Amino acid sequence: MNITANPSVVAPPSAQAPAGPMALTVRNLSVFFGKQAAIKSVSLDVAARAVTAIIGPSGCGKSTFLRALNRMHELNTEARVEGEIRLFGEDIYSRNVEPVVVRRRVGMVFQKSNPFPTMSIVENVTVGLRLNGVHNRKILAARTEQSLRMAALWDEVKDRLHAPAISLSGGQQQRLCIARALAVEPEVLLMDEPASALDPLATSKIEDLILELKKDYTIVIVTHNMQQAARMSDDTAFFYLGELVEFGPTTKIFTSPAKKQTEDYVTGRFG
Amino acid sequence: MTAPNHRWRQFKDVLMQIITFTCAILVVVPLFLVLYHLVAKGFSSINWAFFTQLPKPVGEIGGGMANAIVGTFVLLAQAAVFGVPIGVLGGVFLSEYGGTKLNWWIRFAADVLNGVPSITWGMVVYALIVVPMKGFSALAGGIVLGMMMVPLVMRTTEEVLQLVPGGYREAALALGIAQWRAIVQIVVRTALKGIITGILLALARVAGETAPLLFTAFGNHFWTHKLTDPISAMPLQIFAYAISPYDDWHRQAWAGALVLIMFVLAINIGVRFLTRDRFQRHA
Amino acid sequence: METHFEMELDGLKQKLLLMASHAETAVNQALQALLQRDHDLAVRVKENDRILDQFEVEIDELVIQLLTKAPLATNLRLVTVAMKISQNLERIGDEATKIAKRARDLSQEPPVKIAIDLPLLARMALDMLKAALDAFVSHDSAAARALIPRDKEVDVLNKEIHQTLAQHMVANPDTIGRCLHLMVVSKSLERIADHAKNMAEDVVYLYEAQDIRHTGKNQPAPAAPTAGA
Repeated sequence: MNITANPSVVAPPSAQAPAGPMALTVRNLSVFFGKQAAIKSVSLDVAARAVTAIIGPSGCGKSTFLRALNRMHELNTEARVEGEIRLFGEDIYSRNVEPVVVRRRVGMVFQKSNPFPTMSIVENVTVGLRLNGVHNRKILAARTEQSLRMAALWDEVKDRLHAPAISLSGGQQQRLCIARALAVEPEVLLMDEPASALDPLATSKIEDLILELKKDYTIVIVTHNMQQAARMSDDTAFFYLGELVEFGPTTKIFTSPAKKQTEDYVTGRFG
Repeated sequence: MTAPNHRWRQFKDVLMQIITFTCAILVVVPLFLVLYHLVAKGFSSINWAFFTQLPKPVGEIGGGMANAIVGTFVLLAQAAVFGVPIGVLGGVFLSEYGGTKLNWWIRFAADVLNGVPSITWGMVVYALIVVPMKGFSALAGGIVLGMMMVPLVMRTTEEVLQLVPGGYREAALALGIAQWRAIVQIVVRTALKGIITGILLALARVAGETAPLLFTAFGNHFWTHKLTDPISAMPLQIFAYAISPYDDWHRQAWAGALVLIMFVLAINIGVRFLTRDRFQRHA
Repeated sequence: METHFEMELDGLKQKLLLMASHAETAVNQALQALLQRDHDLAVRVKENDRILDQFEVEIDELVIQLLTKAPLATNLRLVTVAMKISQNLERIGDEATKIAKRARDLSQEPPVKIAIDLPLLARMALDMLKAALDAFVSHDSAAARALIPRDKEVDVLNKEIHQTLAQHMVANPDTIGRCLHLMVVSKSLERIADHAKNMAEDVVYLYEAQDIRHTGKNQPAPAAPTAGA
């Protein structure tokens, strides 16, 4: 295939930064597990109130990258993070910043929905608040309704808030996890393949939800489903073997990618 | 496929089934033998007096094991107080703050301790506590049983915590909850049933220990009023009665053994009840 | 090792190329019928137009099918461009039919003596068509870009021919019927060149991901560094 690259696409992210504050600016991020580098020198900008998708084949470092954004690697004694990540301008890895604070501003939803089994629906939603010292009943009740509404779950559960969380269906549980994450009012929401364990109907509900949420939140979503990335995201980053191969507006990545590797992945020639 | 081959294989199959079935039955048989014997020999001696009266002096008929029964409970209570916090927190450490070589050594030590003969435990506590205190005591008995519980509770706590899916820990931390809070309020709470089970089973195990109590609690024919005094316990009393030459005491020993095994059985059944699968759909 | 999807895309390409060769043949034969005053050939060309219509329908169906499989990047551009090229080819076929109809009518009447260079116009249009199709087949977007300015020359020549015919009709009213036929032929050839230009623009979009339609200036592609993969 003879694809002539358009030179302006190869410029560094800052050269094509859109107007408006960047929610996250990542510069030369590398994550090591022992001697092995899982991701090498990644730099990109995540636009605020937009959806940024991270795509790439298995093992390319997408989840590792995501977890670096909310300092989740600190649970792993073998992990080492180098480089800089700024959340609305503030360095989240600086010594003065506690990981706990970062994680309240940058929430996360996981692939397999994991509502706490010993708690009811409302207890799950408010757990982030309660275990961080908020006990005012009014605030908790208000936040519960607000979060469940934002997660498009309120109408389905408003009459059984005290039922066990695990009595919900898979798709509902995932939306509950989203409500739980939203209850602590983060600025950024990270989602690691949130719909991959769900049936198509539940998946499309989650996708619609994300498109609604992006009006108020910055969202970074890891997905192996390219059509999903094409449907939902504004920008897309393609990772391969731990490196950021290409990053740009979603439409460009999926209609005329600049790099051959991206083209090959997106058209299904590998991965 | 020739017919004789087929029949030979069928025969082997049936033979294996019979052998394995028989072995399984053989495992269960002793339990029934024990229960039968205990009930046959001991049931008749169980009466109100048995539960409420102190042992009578040598030679006199009658009396009971009231102090031994109470003594067992007192010792188990102490054992719980000493053994549970250390065991559970130790298990939490091993499970949640794991990954280092130290953990491997701690686990190894716990496994070794679980295999230490109970009489050795008794001797150690004798040297450490009884000798300095210049006397046997309920406290020493409680301590030795507590110490025996620790490695057991620690390992079962650790195992149960490990069964909690990592997803819950991640989710809790991702909410910005401090790690220790997440461990206590989320992980331990999820595993609570298992931890309690582990504690109850450890208690059931040490309830029947006799050898360590020989050197520590020592036994007492009367009520114990201070923890620093020797105390009676059911296994001790049963042992003392069983090796005595008196028939009456023999019968009481059977009764004691029956009561003890009923107690252990009750704990086990209680544990089964607690951990029954109440149609739970796990996330 | 090609995937099934890639084989299907290849099938689409092959179908398109087949349609293209039919369209080229139709134009060639229509012009031949005109210049050699061949009545029967003209009638045949008109009848064969339905083949091109059929191709367009089949290719459109194939494109829709392929779109349900959500092609991306180059594959997506190929599929959408295929649809447009097939449309252009079908219209070229219609123009060839128009030429054939006029050729048929003209063959029944005595030739007109007039100094218009229809063969040149025909040659130019045919060359453009061939060049566009070659660029598509050989992935040569530079060649596609190069042929776009030639459309202007065709427009100019067509205008000249129209003017000459108009003057002739005023001077010789008895030739009006035949001159009108020739005007239509010239116009059709100019349209064929237009369609060839459209196809060239589509080829540039397919291989360069740049939409150069309606820009007014068609310059050669900027020198691109090999900053790929």
